[in-house]
Amino acid sequence: MTPKAGKAVEAVWRSERRRVLATLIRLLGSFEAAEEACQEAFSIAVKTWPETGIPANPYSWLVSTGRFRMIDFWRRRAKLAAALPDMARLMDPDVAMHDAESIHDDELRLIFTCCHPILPPDAQIALTLREVGGLTTEEVARACLTRAPTIAQRIVRAKARIRDEKIPYAVPDTHELPARLETVLRVLYLIFTEGYAATAGPSPTRADLCAEAIRLTRLVLELVEDPEAAGLLALMLLHEARRAARVDAQGDIVLLEHQDRTVWDREIIAEGEALIARTFAKRIAGPYVLQAAIAAVHANAPSFAETDWPRIVALYGALTKADPSPIVDLNLAIATGMRDGAEIGLSHIEALLAAPYLATYAPVYAARAVFLNKLGRPAEARASYAQASALTAQPAERRAYEKCSNLIQLNINTG
Amino acid sequence: MRYACLIYYDPKELFGGSPEANAALEKCVGHDDVLKANGSFVFSEALEMPENSITLRVRSGQMSATDGPFMETKEMLGGIVVIEAADLNDAVRIASSNPLARIGAIEVRPVVDFTQPRPVL
Repeated sequence: MTPKAGKAVEAVWRSERRRVLATLIRLLGSFEAAEEACQEAFSIAVKTWPETGIPANPYSWLVSTGRFRMIDFWRRRAKLAAALPDMARLMDPDVAMHDAESIHDDELRLIFTCCHPILPPDAQIALTLREVGGLTTEEVARACLTRAPTIAQRIVRAKARIRDEKIPYAVPDTHELPARLETVLRVLYLIFTEGYAATAGPSPTRADLCAEAIRLTRLVLELVEDPEAAGLLALMLLHEARRAARVDAQGDIVLLEHQDRTVWDREIIAEGEALIARTFAKRIAGPYVLQAAIAAVHANAPSFAETDWPRIVALYGALTKADPSPIVDLNLAIATGMRDGAEIGLSHIEALLAAPYLATYAPVYAARAVFLNKLGRPAEARASYAQASALTAQPAERRAYEKCSNLIQLNINTG
Repeated sequence: MRYACLIYYDPKELFGGSPEANAALEKCVGHDDVLKANGSFVFSEALEMPENSITLRVRSGQMSATDGPFMETKEMLGGIVVIEAADLNDAVRIASSNPLARIGAIEVRPVVDFTQPRPVL
């Protein structure tokens, strides 16, 4: 936007734009006006800062400059009369708070607006990533594996919807908060999982998406002391801690069983565990807390073989009650097989395959292959890995399945 | 990033003398300055009517030329504005301030970044 700007102004643009925009959206009550004002403020900064120097508080300077430019603009355009409600809001001294807390509040308000249940889920994700996360349309498109014009249209429509339905830029009231928070957490969870286990594309993980999801979840937790928000952050951190071990130098997935546990980030794990302890102490265990607790068991196991499988089975058992889903059933089946032996594991997996939900889900076939191989049925195991490979759109995942399959072949040949 | 805003309109509508069309044409005069003021202007040109254009091709080393535009449609390409914008949505926002968006249509297209590989079709 400001190609000729000095390096300093550009640095401020990168670090402050997101927050300036969030505050201007609150002050001006519209995305369009706020984006206009934000751009105006930065272009004035480009012109004046080289002479005046960078103000002590660039954020406040940019917010008030943008705000007064809009007042000026509306005054000229509407000859005051038509814009009176807007003017009244702008002149209200209460809305001009610039302390650190209100800046964070502005970002939080914006998350709730972007994740409003009236918007379709894919629009919630696109809006949150662009308006709160500060990603460009093109970056959101890459992250969502969609073309940029599709995302641009989704964002334009969502903003129009927000304007037409008069969705407020506000944190919901206490009675509405739990349901609305659930949507917000789900969007953040989706952003994280898309970054952690990319469903397609060349790389199996996208660190930027995970980092943004963690940043936003921290922000939510700072302002809303909610056990599930804490659980979600813990879950993200415990997975994030394993990032370096999850992919090898060739960009291939390393399965949990073969990961180098010495490179797991102990500091991040400790932070995640502290969050779990905090919520368990309150005797509350929702879906995110339970998933985080499962991740914590893995994080503390000295090796795959020495994992506390009975505890994992118990936690997945609780999760099937708190948040039932076919994926949870699959994980419970695998954990049960790890605890009680391959034969029992296989029978659980076969039972899942009989139901329609998981019949096209690659990991089921990979899990079946593991148990078949343990039971000394290598040919069937390889066939099952082949089915898994055929069902995944992720090249790295396919390579991982093929590698497992080839290992079995190698064992047949050498054994 | 740079984006080309390709402005299409039906000349019968734009030059038909309606108050809306006349107001849009009047506003076009100062629009470059609006873009310059907020730092998004790169360059712009308005185009003459298509009957003043000629379309050429070189095939097997031979040039052939036909008068008139390449395509016959009701809406014609009437102007090009190249802008600097943060992203596609930002470009859409800036392009929507163009007075001709109220009469015709504006296609916003990213300018090619030659550091990126060519498209594979």
